[in-house]
Amino acid sequence: MDNKITKGRAPVSHQPHNVAKASGEIGGEVEIEINGRKYTVPFGTTILEACRMNNIHIPTLCYHEDLCLAGACRVCVVEVEGMKTLQASCAFPITSKIKIWTTSEKVRKARRHILDLLLSEHYGECYSCVRNNNCELQRLAKEYGVDFYRFGHITQPRYQVDRSSYAIVRDMDKCVLCRRCVRTCIDLQEVGVLEATRRGYSTLISTFMDRPMLDVICINCGQCINRCPTGALRAQDPSDEIWKAIDDPTKHVVIQTAPSIRASIGEEFGLPAGHSMTKQMITALRMMGFDRVFDTNFAADLTIMEEGTELLLRLKRKLLEGDKSVKLPQFTSCSPGWIKYIEHFYPDYLDYLSTCKSPQQMFGAVIKTFYAQEMGIDPANIVTVAVMPCTAKKFECNRPEMNASGYKDIDYGLTTRELAQMMKEAGLFLPELPKSEHFDEPFGDASGAGLIFGATGGVMEAALRTVYEIVTGREVPFNNLTITPCRGMDGVREASIVLTDVKDEWKFLEGVELKFMIAHGTANAKKVMEALIRGELEGYHFVEIMACPGGCIGGGGQPIPTSPEIRKKRAEAIYKEEAELPVRKSHENPSIKYIYEKFLVDGPCGKISHKLLHTHYTKRGKYIV
Amino acid sequence: MPIINDTIFFDEKAHGEALEKALKMSPHEVVLEIRESQLRGRGGAGFPTGTKWMLALSAQADKKFVVCNADEGEPGTFKDRVLLSEYTKLVLEGMVIAGYAIQAQKGFIYLRGEYAYLLEHLLNYLDRMRKENRLGENILGTNYSFDIEIRLGSGAYVCGEETALIESLEGHRGEARNRPPYPVNTGYLGYPTIVNNVETFACAYIVISKGAQWFAKYGTEKSKGMKLISVSGDCKKPGVYEVPFGIKIKELLELVGAEDTKAVQIGGASGLCIPMSEIERNISFEDVPTGGSVIIFNKSRNMLQVLRNFMEFFVEESCGQCTPCRVGNKKLLEGVEMLEKGICTHHYLNELIELGKTMQIASKCGLGQSSPNPFISIVTNFKDEIMSNYLGSGNGQ
Repeated sequence: MDNKITKGRAPVSHQPHNVAKASGEIGGEVEIEINGRKYTVPFGTTILEACRMNNIHIPTLCYHEDLCLAGACRVCVVEVEGMKTLQASCAFPITSKIKIWTTSEKVRKARRHILDLLLSEHYGECYSCVRNNNCELQRLAKEYGVDFYRFGHITQPRYQVDRSSYAIVRDMDKCVLCRRCVRTCIDLQEVGVLEATRRGYSTLISTFMDRPMLDVICINCGQCINRCPTGALRAQDPSDEIWKAIDDPTKHVVIQTAPSIRASIGEEFGLPAGHSMTKQMITALRMMGFDRVFDTNFAADLTIMEEGTELLLRLKRKLLEGDKSVKLPQFTSCSPGWIKYIEHFYPDYLDYLSTCKSPQQMFGAVIKTFYAQEMGIDPANIVTVAVMPCTAKKFECNRPEMNASGYKDIDYGLTTRELAQMMKEAGLFLPELPKSEHFDEPFGDASGAGLIFGATGGVMEAALRTVYEIVTGREVPFNNLTITPCRGMDGVREASIVLTDVKDEWKFLEGVELKFMIAHGTANAKKVMEALIRGELEGYHFVEIMACPGGCIGGGGQPIPTSPEIRKKRAEAIYKEEAELPVRKSHENPSIKYIYEKFLVDGPCGKISHKLLHTHYTKRGKYIV
Repeated sequence: MPIINDTIFFDEKAHGEALEKALKMSPHEVVLEIRESQLRGRGGAGFPTGTKWMLALSAQADKKFVVCNADEGEPGTFKDRVLLSEYTKLVLEGMVIAGYAIQAQKGFIYLRGEYAYLLEHLLNYLDRMRKENRLGENILGTNYSFDIEIRLGSGAYVCGEETALIESLEGHRGEARNRPPYPVNTGYLGYPTIVNNVETFACAYIVISKGAQWFAKYGTEKSKGMKLISVSGDCKKPGVYEVPFGIKIKELLELVGAEDTKAVQIGGASGLCIPMSEIERNISFEDVPTGGSVIIFNKSRNMLQVLRNFMEFFVEESCGQCTPCRVGNKKLLEGVEMLEKGICTHHYLNELIELGKTMQIASKCGLGQSSPNPFISIVTNFKDEIMSNYLGSGNGQ
């Protein structure tokens, strides 16, 4: 299977390497001239890449590293000697000895005109915009010294803001039609909810038949938000309700923080990507007034116990008892974007999904039952907040089936960005806060296995550490518990571990090659599903899928901007922190042992956990949104 | 039916069997013959056809395609319609010759939606060609096989732009692609593709039939051969004319019986508006180029209304992809509205002309690059008329 993140339906010509390929000169070099100076660049490099390699700044707007090329905004135009028109540097592959001018009079004038045109159509005041100070259009206006609207300016809104979705708000008045969201939705994620509609000046980014976001097959992954240069796409922000709950003395407000938050939230405070902020974050949350601060890593450990056990039960029923109704491979169910994706696109394959709720929802159910009992609090007065790297979690916590305890498992889903905003509002500058060593009891312990859930491959790695040990009584045969095939950023990865010298009770697994597969980004999930349908996953046992590129560290609720480099650094921060933790296997987490002793007394996949920690799925197809 | 005056080129009966002749030559020889004729694309841009075919022939790929651009969407152009209905053989066999020259296996006719009534005729003609073994497997007993499929457009002007046309052929929204790579290298489905105008294929047929040297006798130094012109507007004899390249606009006006003329729009909505002071200029790629559209305006016409009509067209027909074309045309139209109200200052008019110049060089495709042409040429050539409403100086401001 092709391991690269696919570029879907994009026209071939929007991928400049095609030229190089066609010319068959890959690997060569070209000598070019930029602004009168000589440079040597690899054959087929775009002008923009060549300039960036050599620290020559070119402004961009529709260009995004993760996406296929559009060449639509024309902000990055440059002059190429001998060509009558200016060329979009992002889309122009260098295949001959060209001379380029990046700041000639023509270029400067054209860029300024293009900015003036964009600004004339952009309605909205910066100070009432969620992207104030992190807006690419605003930055360009500053860079080009825009101090008046040359071609006028829109003074009245023209579109209604679409707030219908649980996760994503669309405000077309702020849209600059760069089509990053379209390329994200169609080409990067292969979901295809957003597309350019109408023509000419009336062009608009829209959904199928202009339906509201709630009423289309959006999976709420929020990748479009992460790539929107302006505030046209943003998340539904529940922070006002959360403040209200904090301020209400009758409410016991509990927050849980997802594994990948700590690795990225520092970016919202100006730190470079890859700085973990776990301990300062605990302090900040306490100072903000949350009654308890819990670590979702605990719930991730709980998920591993449940999901790992479920896998072993499936293996047993299928391999030992020959039960043909059991579906293998088992697919993970932690990513709510992935769940909605499979419900819409492959509704006949839901039996392959693990029935486990995601860690967020498991934790919510535990808090409103076990925790409420232990603390003697009426669950009706507990407000559960989950800070997640994710916009799909906002939808997930509103799923009607997520209330097995009689109460909503999770009341509010908050993103990394929104939490950082709340911290700023509370006057807290995260990097300078004192460190707190521990999350709150009774879930104060979490293993490293739970932490690595934040990166693609992490769930698989965590599960293997536990499953292998349950079956063989030994640690996984990898140096320092690092299951290397699970790491990395290739779109689809696969590997296997042979089970030998197994314990007596698992004799039927002796010599079995446990085959697993990992995919991230729904475009890659699609590849895996198509392979499943073709019967090519016969013999595979376990598949991890995350809806977002890079897994949770690249989630739709994470700080903006995002890029392959940024996601790599966030993942590294998680793996670094994990390697230093005392407990690195879910089943060795003392808090986990405690909850199975005290509360989930019939063990993983027992009756109690089935009621509270497992769920079912909806065959949505095209119609049920 | 429109009259073609003094038919020299486009007379089917006067031509021999070009297809038989081409198939006896090597593909390379066919391309060289076309190149020697100095035939330039008849759609308006005037790219040398021989060069295009040579690039496609030398491109390495297991599939290649020929596309006939019959999207004839430029306002005021209707000469391809005549070729397709009356001179079908020249066009379709010209396509087969092109296919042989670049070694393509398949051709498409991208027929504009409004020409759907020609579909039956064309399909019948293709059937006839297949029966006569002039299309399909082993054409005329040679090893060469080629077939043609007709696809209908849906009415978008931009689909006359070759890369948008290819996008549309592939089933996508009709929008221009980035160039490079060019279609001769990466075209339909990523394969080498040549897109030529209907008239270009007909000319190619003539070149092969009569020889490159005969063809190159006509026209000017850089614009060889004859050109079909669709004449409309204020004249006594509108219609399709065959004229040699280099004909003076004045001569053309006399030919079609235009009287009391004020301006001539040459090249359609995206062309130039020529005032009477410039009618000594000639129609050729060197001077005033055209894909075939000539619209004549007499003295009763209001040039601001003419301009408004063109700008409304572009605001609607821009594909909406790139900023300069999508928003720029709207700003120019708003400028026209300000001119009508008499509230456009000289200063702002100059700003808009500068914007037009930016659109010419910064737009993504030919549509945006040529859309400011009527604005710039009309406000420049008819400045007194278009500024006649302006009262700014009258009230002391």
